[in-house]
Amino acid sequence: MRRTPYFYLQLAFTLLVCSFLLVPVFMSIIAGLTENFFVGVKSGLTLRWIGVVWELYAPTIFRSMYIALATLAVTLVIGVPAAYVLAKRPGMMTRLVEEFLVLPVAIPGLAIALALIITYGGFRDFRTSWGFILVGHVLYTLPFMVRSVLAVLSSFNFQVLEESAASLGAGFWRRFFGIVLPNARSGIVAGALTVVTLSIGEFNLTWMMHTPETMTLPVGLADSYASMRLEIGSAYTLVFFVMIIPLLVALQRYGVQRTGTRKAA
Amino acid sequence: MRGRENRNLLLMVAPAIIVGAAFFLLPLARLAVVGATGKLGLAAYTAVVTNPQYFEALASTIVLSVTVTVATLVIAGITGVFLERNHFFGREALISMLTLPLAFPGVVVGFMVIMLAGRTGLIGELTTYFGAGRLVFAYSIAGLFTGYIYFSIPRVILTIMAAAEKLDPALEEAAKSLGANPWRVIVDVILPALKPALIASGAVCFATSMGAFGTAFTLATDIKVLPIVIYTEFTLLANIALAAALSMVLGVITWATLAACRVAAGSTAAAAG
Amino acid sequence: MNGKAGTAIRLADCAKTFPNGTRALERTSLEMRGGETVVFLGPSGCGKTTLLRVIAGLESPDPGGRVYFDDEDVTNLPIERRNVGMVFQSYALFPNMNVADNIAYGLKVHGVAPDKRARRVDEMLEMMQIGELRERRITELSGGQRQRVALARAIAVQPRVLLLDEPLTALDALLRERLRIEIDVLLHSLGITAAYVTHDQGEAMAIGDRVAVINKGAIVQTGTPREIYYKPASSFVADFIGTMNRVDGTLRDGSLELPGGRIFWGQEGSGAMQVLFRPNDARIVPEAGAPLRGVVEQVFFLGDRTRLHVTGVADRAVVVETTEHGEFQVGQAIGLRIEPGALLRLRD
Repeated sequence: MRRTPYFYLQLAFTLLVCSFLLVPVFMSIIAGLTENFFVGVKSGLTLRWIGVVWELYAPTIFRSMYIALATLAVTLVIGVPAAYVLAKRPGMMTRLVEEFLVLPVAIPGLAIALALIITYGGFRDFRTSWGFILVGHVLYTLPFMVRSVLAVLSSFNFQVLEESAASLGAGFWRRFFGIVLPNARSGIVAGALTVVTLSIGEFNLTWMMHTPETMTLPVGLADSYASMRLEIGSAYTLVFFVMIIPLLVALQRYGVQRTGTRKAA
Repeated sequence: MRGRENRNLLLMVAPAIIVGAAFFLLPLARLAVVGATGKLGLAAYTAVVTNPQYFEALASTIVLSVTVTVATLVIAGITGVFLERNHFFGREALISMLTLPLAFPGVVVGFMVIMLAGRTGLIGELTTYFGAGRLVFAYSIAGLFTGYIYFSIPRVILTIMAAAEKLDPALEEAAKSLGANPWRVIVDVILPALKPALIASGAVCFATSMGAFGTAFTLATDIKVLPIVIYTEFTLLANIALAAALSMVLGVITWATLAACRVAAGSTAAAAG
Repeated sequence: MNGKAGTAIRLADCAKTFPNGTRALERTSLEMRGGETVVFLGPSGCGKTTLLRVIAGLESPDPGGRVYFDDEDVTNLPIERRNVGMVFQSYALFPNMNVADNIAYGLKVHGVAPDKRARRVDEMLEMMQIGELRERRITELSGGQRQRVALARAIAVQPRVLLLDEPLTALDALLRERLRIEIDVLLHSLGITAAYVTHDQGEAMAIGDRVAVINKGAIVQTGTPREIYYKPASSFVADFIGTMNRVDGTLRDGSLELPGGRIFWGQEGSGAMQVLFRPNDARIVPEAGAPLRGVVEQVFFLGDRTRLHVTGVADRAVVVETTEHGEFQVGQAIGLRIEPGALLRLRD
């Protein structure tokens, strides 16, 4: 295909957008590794700031990781069966469920956090435990899990697979675990990656809901941006990137793979 | 035969329903009630219109969100369609990079804006270098705007690309064979086909901007957007009822916008099909 | 696993109304003898698949209907406990398993020991002549291979009854013909009771010991392929299966009078009536002295036979088929003879 001037014009525009998104990422990575960002890279590269971040914020990093894993566990246990039921009995409150699935986007995290604090803030022990943050993260991520699994279940006729398994003698649970789940795997994996990514990066809810003992990584980030020097904030951001970027790459891979197989089928 | 299966299915949705009811519906209902039990009473719900300070916050939030939505649709529309329809070396890498900031939380996006347009930011360096003085806009409404399109572009690009993938090349070829120039092809063929996707992703973009908190929080702008007002009322002024009422209003506005756009996108999709 | 070949199936007063009010099946009673292949034949949406699903246990009949396997009332038994083998139009093979695991699935569910399971899988692979596919993924198989695997999987558990829902519809014509013969041989060598759903009358004729013709949710006729073909009980059956000539004539003194002549029929009564006959039941004879005379209007050479449209015999052109090698010209005058036994008179 011959390239028209339009092609190069659009390519240039796309590259501009791309650099708008990526230049600050690289800048912050460099800032996190530079002795003095104001002076520039010539002041020397260092891991000192990473060390400072580790000293100050290591607990937030681990807390974010285990909250993300706990969120994943809960959304898997609650969300996957729910998606299956929705796929199996469409029409049953479909409209209502659709509303529910857009709510985390529609209702700002701030409002959900406020509502949770007003309702459950009185339960001291719960309010100050990481379980409280977990509830917020589950609410926020559950619809993404449900939607991802639902999308895969609607893309192939799992009902006839179940019927054929039933004709061979398989009961309800055996069909669910042996036939439905393995064949919905791509949706479950994509949903899981989304849930972990969103949970690790969640700020709006967590900022309102956290206590000093339940500070997560993004909350720590906000704290460092506000009160630490730029290099420390940058180094901390670098740690965040290291955690989140592999997840995002995996998510992209998986998403692409899924559309690829759909095309082939 | 069906009875047993229905019982199992009920067992399987029950946890989701319980969690949703206990931690979402009930708290939201409480929020609505609490909103009306402050010293303003039910008037807390109208304060967003009657109180000039709140009204200004609401207005600037809406204006900001609409502007961001329009700008994002244009930017992401051009790049999304371009990337879907042209195959060249490095395309995959470009797509990956463009969608990378997808899961950056608002605070990080705010920090990215500081990197670009803050006091030590790249843009300031460049303008100083070219002798135009140090340009710093991270902490103004322009900084907010920059941050909001930063986190909106990746989401919208994905939706646009998915929709552009389904464009029937035959339609475009037919239009060209009838003598349409590239501009006419865009207006008559491509845009109508993308309309449902544009409406849907625009709605999500608007809703996200309305509720965005982290970016504004990091930039600590002098412009008060509604989420910041809510946060201030709640945390610093301990005005819980008003914060509740304002967040209910915010939630209803975004939810209603989304619902309206879903209906609009649905009907255009139906009309196109 | 204790299912023995040749279970008799009996449906008594089975109707099916779906929750949305659609009446898919009228009150139906049907008996299938042990080892018999019964084909459910009808246009799409006629209820034939619903009937199959009621036998399978995927749908329960409306209250009052009963399903018996031999003397056992299985009406309330869910499908997983009926021990039926099912073959679906879409094959419904499990994409998360390879060929051997698909075939072994039912055995595993039934708790068959691994070594016995492996032996049975080998047996099935050999029987279906697909040994080389053993480790293949489902996505790597062609349509015909998938259907063989689906059959092997259904048969592996030695079901009491085999239920096939349009098993050949998704295949191309050549393969369909070959697999049809294979299935026919297989069903009879196994001696298994089978219900076979199709909308293709050729398939039904070839495979069925008996054919149940279904229309609008009801069985309109049950009989051997021959009976269905030559003695259709209604004009629906007559038209659905093959080409049927339909002419208006007058019965007088035991003979049928048509515009092109008269045929001795030996029927009682008199008056105008509609009479039907198959194209291959009209024999072409020399014009002189023939009971019916007409003129060739169109000639279609079909290879193994020739089809003629003949005018002048009846009030409209009739279709005649002959396997004779002679050539026919348009406009040629010919004579026709129809045996009295080939003439049909329908009640409706």
